[in-house]
Amino acid sequence: MAHNGESKPKFAMYWAASCGGCEIAVLNTHELILEVDANFDVVFWPVAMDAKYHDVEAMDDGSITLCLFNGAIRNDENEEMAHLLRRKSQLLVAFGSCASEGCIPGLANLYSKQTMLDTAFSTITTDNPGAVRPIIAYDMPEGRIEILRTLDQVVKVDYSMPGCPPESHQIAAVVRLVIDALHGNAALPPRGAVIGAGDSTVCDECRRTRSEKTITEFRRMATFQPDPVQCLLEQGILCSGMATRSGCDARCPSANMPCIGCYGPAAGVVDQGARMMSAVASVIGGNDPKEIRAIMRGIADPAGTFYRFSLPSSLLRHAKV
Amino acid sequence: MLDKVAEQVKPFDPVIVGFTCNWCSYRAADSAGMARIKYAPNVRLIRLMCSGRWDPQFVLKAFAEGADGVLISGCHPGDCHYLEQNYKTIRRYELLKQTLASLGIEDGRVKLVWASAAEGAILAEEIDHMVAEVRALGPLNWGGNHGA
Ligand code: SF4
Ligand code: SF4
Repeated sequence: MAHNGESKPKFAMYWAASCGGCEIAVLNTHELILEVDANFDVVFWPVAMDAKYHDVEAMDDGSITLCLFNGAIRNDENEEMAHLLRRKSQLLVAFGSCASEGCIPGLANLYSKQTMLDTAFSTITTDNPGAVRPIIAYDMPEGRIEILRTLDQVVKVDYSMPGCPPESHQIAAVVRLVIDALHGNAALPPRGAVIGAGDSTVCDECRRTRSEKTITEFRRMATFQPDPVQCLLEQGILCSGMATRSGCDARCPSANMPCIGCYGPAAGVVDQGARMMSAVASVIGGNDPKEIRAIMRGIADPAGTFYRFSLPSSLLRHAKV
Repeated sequence: MLDKVAEQVKPFDPVIVGFTCNWCSYRAADSAGMARIKYAPNVRLIRLMCSGRWDPQFVLKAFAEGADGVLISGCHPGDCHYLEQNYKTIRRYELLKQTLASLGIEDGRVKLVWASAAEGAILAEEIDHMVAEVRALGPLNWGGNHGA
């Protein structure tokens, strides 16, 4: 991984099916950006500089040292770029929740293509008098709209970095590590590892107190003032801390909001939603199925809540539609 | 060619994965066998120490790997060998059912059945019911369903 010092190692960042938040998170590392510039040649980064896909095609294979790939694989263009950047990069990082687990765009996997398009273009709240629809009847370069996939379901990735978006201090630590490794001062983690995150759960980092209390109803944040010290789940608020990987320093529960699971499944957890079901079941009081069902009716959208960030990387990946 | 035709007309034979408890339902299945009670051969039984060991992930994994239905069985409420682990099973089961409904998986594909060690006949009957129900629903075919 050492380089000769004459030409700088090359850096790329790309967005596939994503919102742009990951790019902002990188810019949020403030002066670290200058270190990126000092240590790397930025050769491709559509949000920050002008470069065309054919410029990437013209690069030598393996010539990009570090590529942060954010966004999921939604269409042919995303898929093509995943293959292209895989070929051109030594270290391909699935950067952020969309690339790693599918994230919010992956919730489209709960619906059929038709329902998804109806929702986007033809609901009562949509201002679309001409009933304009994207034309997907023939194979355009922008491609088919199929099931959303994660980056590692399409190409082999070297590392995954969770978070929606990844926390800036974690990004800074990862970029520093790569720079140190390039100078021979640090070793990179084994390929395939999750980087820029912890090995335990958000609950482990959360400063709220748990008391093994059970609940008789689920409540929503808007309807009451939660106690600032007690565990939110034990106050009847759906909090995903138990199923979610640590690394954000329990940001949301510290700010009086439940964890919604953006750091993906905790280490050793295969299916974040299944772990959530077990965790949530453990706080529900009552032994009578009817009573239990009544309490559970307080969970407005179980699949969307438990799999908010990880449906495409879950065991089932999508709904039966 | 003829093989292909034979394949097409072959009736669908569902695969059901059944999680049983060491102290009751596994013995119930055993006693059904000893008593030569006939029941559908579609269930692959897996023995757990307690239905409380059962986890929603087991069901998702079974579906992802090709099962058409999953049966969970344990001791009647109040009779758990480990006091009240089967109440946990009820809670997880109810939550899983709600979630599977939003994932479009039909209700009949997952079933929770209580059967004491003496209730081999009841378990056999429940298995027959479930196999018939899943047969009517058709294959789930999840693994081949991932799209690309
Ligand atoms: S469930 Fe939420 S509030 Fe409770 S300890 Fe875990 S992260 Fe904190
Ligand atoms: S608390 Fe949960 S939702 Fe909030 S930043 Fe951390 S992992 Fe993400």
